[in-house]
Formats: sequence, structure tokens, C-alpha cells
Amino acid sequence: MTSRKARIVEIEPVTRVEGHGKVTVHLDENNNVSEARLHIVEFRGFERFIQGRLLWEVPVIVQRLCGICPVSHHLAAAKAMDQIVGVDQLTPTAEKMRRLMHYGQIMQSNVLHFFHLSSPDLLFGFDAKAGKRNIFEVIKQFPELARQGVMMRKFGQEVIQYTAGKKVHGTGAIPGGINKNLSLAERDSLLKNVDQMIEWSQGAVEIARNYTLNHPQLVNEFANFRSSHMSLVREDGAMDLYHGNLRAIDADGALIFDQVDYQHFDDYLMEEVRPWSYMKFPFIKSRGHLDGWYRVGPLARLNTVSFIDTPLAQKAFEEFRAFGQGKPVGASLAYHWARMIEVLHCVEKIRQLLHDPDLQGEDLCLRGERREEGIAVIEAPRGSLFHHYKVNEHDQVTYCNLIVSTTHNNSAMNRAVTEVAQKYLSGQNKITEGMLNHIEVAVRAYDPCLSCATHAL
Amino acid sequence: MRKKRIATVSLAGCFGCHMSLLDIDERLIDLMEIAEFDRSPLNDLKKFTRRCDIGLIEGGCANEENVHVLQEFRRNCDIIVAVGQCAIMGGLPVMRNAIMHSEDPLRECLEEAYTNPKVLNPENLIPNDPALPLILDRVYTCADVVKVDYQIPGCPPSADVFWAALNALIRGETPQLDWAMIKFD
Ligand code: SF4
Repeated sequence: MTSRKARIVEIEPVTRVEGHGKVTVHLDENNNVSEARLHIVEFRGFERFIQGRLLWEVPVIVQRLCGICPVSHHLAAAKAMDQIVGVDQLTPTAEKMRRLMHYGQIMQSNVLHFFHLSSPDLLFGFDAKAGKRNIFEVIKQFPELARQGVMMRKFGQEVIQYTAGKKVHGTGAIPGGINKNLSLAERDSLLKNVDQMIEWSQGAVEIARNYTLNHPQLVNEFANFRSSHMSLVREDGAMDLYHGNLRAIDADGALIFDQVDYQHFDDYLMEEVRPWSYMKFPFIKSRGHLDGWYRVGPLARLNTVSFIDTPLAQKAFEEFRAFGQGKPVGASLAYHWARMIEVLHCVEKIRQLLHDPDLQGEDLCLRGERREEGIAVIEAPRGSLFHHYKVNEHDQVTYCNLIVSTTHNNSAMNRAVTEVAQKYLSGQNKITEGMLNHIEVAVRAYDPCLSCATHAL
Repeated sequence: MRKKRIATVSLAGCFGCHMSLLDIDERLIDLMEIAEFDRSPLNDLKKFTRRCDIGLIEGGCANEENVHVLQEFRRNCDIIVAVGQCAIMGGLPVMRNAIMHSEDPLRECLEEAYTNPKVLNPENLIPNDPALPLILDRVYTCADVVKVDYQIPGCPPSADVFWAALNALIRGETPQLDWAMIKFD
């Protein structure tokens, strides 16, 4: 083996993820990997420049942080502003419209990630030719599968359009409620396709499950590690993506905290600054900044929740949990399976909601006694999303703190890239493009939204 | 006729313009008949493999890296299209240029994010590793940096706008958008 000077190999830009990031792999003289880092390379200043803007503008502006999950930011900001305008309980129509929008969002985002961005790795192999690893090649070689992915995403985007007014960056949620209900024509056009969507979602769960079960060695060795997990859960422990309390578990599944009202999240979570990334490193305070890191998102949610309240997803959930043999699942590649189970859950929820006459209700918006501070958490496609605002008596924002889903996974993603780099690159004389793609596959498993991570800073 | 080559990039944008491009849904399959993608975040081509006909730019320039990439697109593409408000006018990121009563908006933004009492940062560090590209003093639009051939407004432009504009450009024509399609939100 030829030895050379210590050096750094860069992957720049990381592709088939949303937003801008790069990976540096740090190699020593013997070509061994000492560390690999995922860097967020951009900075916006949102928390500062939103100050002075008016409260009703916030849900509309803030979603421009992210074009893949705008609805999550839109709704998190609206939920925080509900508190500021003094509304603790929305009207049934408003809450259900927002939920419908949210389920449409998680569905389309998870589908986009699985079919459009990640499927080439799973279908063609991690070291397939770079020119082939993309959705266009999937369209060529697996036209039916690609079409299903495209049509599923389209359905999710239509749900968003009918609830928010527009597919990307809509305006549906307003402080205290919503600005439209679902017309019968809109409802019927969605109802026409929803059964097909259930069927295709089940197919997608099966693809992701089979991939996990048929590659036991890969799944076991590829960025599979112990960690804590955190998400919102409903009061009875069920999965609830729109609202709930915080629950965190350790790597053995034991509770770290449970049913924590997120108004007090500051008592439980903190962020650390490190000089090499604009993205901060959150941790659970009681465990300290070295051991307190955790994971969020689909894998974490399937590990934390006690059950899922829709029948088909519940069945899939039971199988997923059986795979963990009583312990939280730690394999990064199992994110895909978890993500597809959530798609199925969302489509089941959408179908239930479409049959609910409350969606045609006329009571859209409430007002209560004005407050100065609002905190909201929502389960976005990529994990728990925190929005915290203070607003003065002139309706102007005076303080803003956001902790976006991808930021919670910062430590976990860095661990994943380091482990994969050590396994596949250490000691290699020549580093091939395919080897580097292994590292990107590890990043992609987390479906990071680097543009959220960038903007929210 | 050879397929037209399209390259795309997201600079200081939110990726929403790319999402809206994907909202052409099943027309994506038709697009593959007449065009192919070169460098783009949607595939794994991280560098230009050949000269391209059309370069779609999402987002303006907030750091030096954005400037270099935009210049590279200008060098490698016959037609540069600034897509969406961020590319054309700066969009949301440009709000940092306009912080009132501030001598140094960038510094204020950085301090708000990193040196506030709520974060663990004993040395009051602001990220500054050599791996991080230099942030520009202010956010610039694409046209501030290179010659732009077309601008397609919207935040994001709708899928129908993308479809109409791309088809025209692929045929070598100037896009003619119906006024009802031109929206600025
Ligand atoms: S123009 Fe709008 S949709 Fe496009 S990148 Fe900018 S904020 Fe996102």
C-alpha cells in the first residue's frame, strides 16, 4: 500500500438530496478514515431578518425555507401563531383541513424521496454508473414503478393544492384557522383516486420491506448503530403527525421522557455550535452534549410510537417492530421501510378525512385573547419541527427560534457518514466514485432537507 | 434531431422551483423524449459532462460558491434562464440585505443564530471552517453576476409555466407565456 500525506476527499455537492451540502472524508497517511463530516455550507439569517415582520405574514414567508416540505413550516408557524392570537382549539373544519394538508405533504415528500431520489441506489446498486443513478433511468428501465411514484406524488401535491391553494408555497393556514374549506368537486376528484393510492402505497411498503429483509448483511453493516429516538406521540401513545407531546427513548427502548408538553422543550433540549458546519447539534440536556444526541424522522417515529391508528399501517408497523426483535431498529437503511409505512398511514388518513363532512364546514377561523409567545411542534416528513416566536403589541415578530427536523439528525448523519467511510474507504488505495456514493447513500437514508437546515439558521 | 441538454442548479433557493419542475408529473416522461439532463441535483452528475443548451438557475448568490457555480453555468450553457423570484430578485434570502437600522446585517444574523444564550457555545464561535465557503456581504441576483437570457417569474413558477417555457426553448423559440400564467407568488 502506498502511503501519502494525510488528506481530505470532498463530495461536493451531495446530490439527490434537497438543498446544498458537502461531505469531507479525512484520511490519514495510511489511507485510513479518521472522520467524515457532513457540512451545511450555506447560511441565511432567517431568525434575525424575520424580526419586525407581521405575525400574519410569518406562515407565508417561513415556508420559503423549503420547497420540499413547505407545508410543514407553514403549519408549524400557523400553530405557533394560533397561540399568539389566543386560540387553543381550532374549529373542526380548520383542524381537519390542516391535517389533510399535512398528510398530503408527508405523502408527497416521502414518495418523492423514495422514488425520485433514492430508488436508483436500491434498484441499480450503490456503485452503479453515476450516469445511471437517477429517476430518468428508472423511468426507462422500470416504467411502471416510476409511473406509480410520479402519480403518487401528484396525488399528494393535489391534496396540498386543494387545501393550501397551491402546490408549492400555498396560503391555506392562517393564525387561528384556515382560509378555505374543501369543495365537493375537490373532494370527489381526490376520492376518485384514493383507493388506487392505498394499493400503490401497500406496494411501496412491500418493496421497501423486501429490500430490508433481502439484504440482511448490508442492512446490518451499513450505518447501523444504537441511538436514542424522539418524536411527538398522541396522549395514548399513537402516531400523530400533526399534534401531540414529546417522547424520547434510548437505544434499548426505555423512556427518557414521555408526554412532555412541547411548550417546555427548552428544559429538555439544547443545541451545540461546532465551527465546521452552519447546522447546530441538538442534544437531550439530561444526557449531556456528548451522549445526548438522538434521531428523528420515520425510523425514530416507528421506534417511539406505541401503535398506529389506521389498520393497514398498523399491520405493517407490527412487522417492522418484529424486525427489531423488541429493540428500536438502528439500521439507517430501514428508514426507507419506515418512510413507506408512513405513506400508507397518510393515505389511510386522507381517505378517512375525505369522507368527513366537517371538511365542508363554514367555521374556518377563531380569535381569542392575545398572547406574546407561541411555540409549536409538528412531525414534518423528516422529523420533529420546532417553531418558537415572540410577537409585540404591534403584531411584529421580536424573536424567532427554529429547530428543523434535519438539524436533530445532525449527529446521527455525521455518525452514519463516518461509519460508512471507515467501512468502505479505509485502507483503499484508490477511492472510486462508487465508494463515495456509498457515503451519499448513508446521507440520503435520512432524507435530509439541507435547505431547511440552511435557511432556518 | 439530437436531444436538447438541460442543466439545473439550486443556488440560494429553497428547492421549490425544482419541485415545481417535477410537478409536470407524467409529462416528465414526455420530456425525456426530447431532452436529457446533464449536471443537476436530480441526478449524480456533479460536473458538466458536455456543453448544454439550457441552464435553469434557481436561487441567487449568497456565498462565493454560488457565484462560481453560476459563472460555470454561464460558461457551459447556451441559454441561461433565471427561474423564480430568488434567482430574479433574490427572494427570501435577500431579506437579509434589508435589515433596518443595521450597520452590519450579516453579523447580526450570525450572532442571532450562534451566540445567543440558548445555545451551548462556550467560546462564542461562529462557524468558520475552511470547508465552509465565504458568505457574501449581501445577497445578489443572478443578473448581478452573469448575463441572463430569460427570467421566469413565480415563487415557484407553476408546472405549466415550466412546461410551456421548456418546450419553447427546446424548439429554439422564445417562450410566450399567456398573461394568466405569469404569477409572482
Ligand atoms: S423562487 Fe420561491 S420556490 Fe423558487 S427557490 Fe425561491 S423561494 Fe423557493
